[in-house]
Amino acid sequence: MAKTKEILIDPLSDNNPITIQVLGICSALAVTVKMETAAVMCVALTVVLTFSNFILSLLRKVTPGKIRMIVEMAVIASLVIMADQFLRAFLFDVSRQLSVFVGLIITNCIVMGRAEAYAMQNPPVPSLLDGIGNGLGYSAVLLTVASMREILGSGTWFGYSLMPEGYIGNGLALLAPGAFIIIGLIIWAQRTIIKKFEAD
Amino acid sequence: MRKEDVRVITFASIICVVCSLVLSATATVLKERQDIAVELDRKMNVLKAFGIETIDKTGAKLPKEDVDRYFSENISEVYVDKSTGDVVESPDPNVLKAEAKERTHVTRSLLPLYIWKEGGEPVKYAFPTSGMGLWSIVNGYIALDRDLATVIGVTFYKHGETPGLGGEVSADWFMSQFGGKIIHDGSSLVQLEVVKGQAPDDSSYQVDGMSGATMTGNGLNEFMNRDIAFYDKYFSRIRGT
Repeated sequence: MAKTKEILIDPLSDNNPITIQVLGICSALAVTVKMETAAVMCVALTVVLTFSNFILSLLRKVTPGKIRMIVEMAVIASLVIMADQFLRAFLFDVSRQLSVFVGLIITNCIVMGRAEAYAMQNPPVPSLLDGIGNGLGYSAVLLTVASMREILGSGTWFGYSLMPEGYIGNGLALLAPGAFIIIGLIIWAQRTIIKKFEAD
Repeated sequence: MRKEDVRVITFASIICVVCSLVLSATATVLKERQDIAVELDRKMNVLKAFGIETIDKTGAKLPKEDVDRYFSENISEVYVDKSTGDVVESPDPNVLKAEAKERTHVTRSLLPLYIWKEGGEPVKYAFPTSGMGLWSIVNGYIALDRDLATVIGVTFYKHGETPGLGGEVSADWFMSQFGGKIIHDGSSLVQLEVVKGQAPDDSSYQVDGMSGATMTGNGLNEFMNRDIAFYDKYFSRIRGT
């Protein structure tokens, strides 16, 4: 049980995919302008990551080493396309805003990274938990960044107005450089708190 | 061939076949629902351009039955010949089907027009407009009052612009600015304009730009006025100008 908990909790802080492993930065920059898009992206990524870890772990003993990565890509790409199709059918409005970013989950380093680093060496159930844990870790950072950007940049949160009347949005927070600064600050803050430093 | 190679090829083939079967099945099963969503969305956007509340205060969407009722009772869909400005009574279905795939009016010969009638009299008009923003084709509708000079509403519903920047093109604050603007001053067409920064309060044809998205605004300026000019061959006859 202790190990199960560790697999789930570890990626939230001590081994967070974004702040510690520094994976998935591209989408953390791209979809964090608004909470709504960031939230749906988090759900989509967590689902894809969980299933890809599970399926690839099931296949790990029969997958020939030579074509390992291509098999990973095929499975991940199929899952992403399915997620996109479901969004188009059931969440039409959000999918229209997100569509291009959902497709980009295929190139999200976390999915491939966890497949290579974890699912290929571990049994299916721990791999599934690792997928959920990393998905949540990614989501935690994404939602934090999106909160800061939407509040600073547009004065709203999930579209609800938070700032006093007449608040002028900070344009920098809406642009990619603003996200770089915010993510940099979060990485710095978190690494200071948990005292994790790169070796010289 | 070595045994190892046979195994690699077999495994790869199985993965490919399974993945493609799963994907085709998903796409086929969901196709109908997606088409319904797209068609309902098109009608919703026409209604929204006409100034009908499609989302009430609680955030609930207009039910599908109401949408279909408006379309059967009030709205007639016609086609305008782009080169002559005539309304085409019986458009060639093959041409319509082929042109539905075109992304802008530039490459179409028949332009769709929605006429809102009350008691048989046309009271407002709406038509689609589309063209390049910064990254993507932006799609929307423009609705005009019966004088064919005053804008009732503009809606944008599909685009691939950056969320929060050019993506604000489909935000209510941006679209609602167009209501009451004019496209014709009685003697000639007036160009709608998305300005950079804030538009003068008393302007009858300019609206505020989106911060960080000047290029998207420039795109709108170009294609909206271009499309208005296409339809004006027909509108000018009704207006008598």
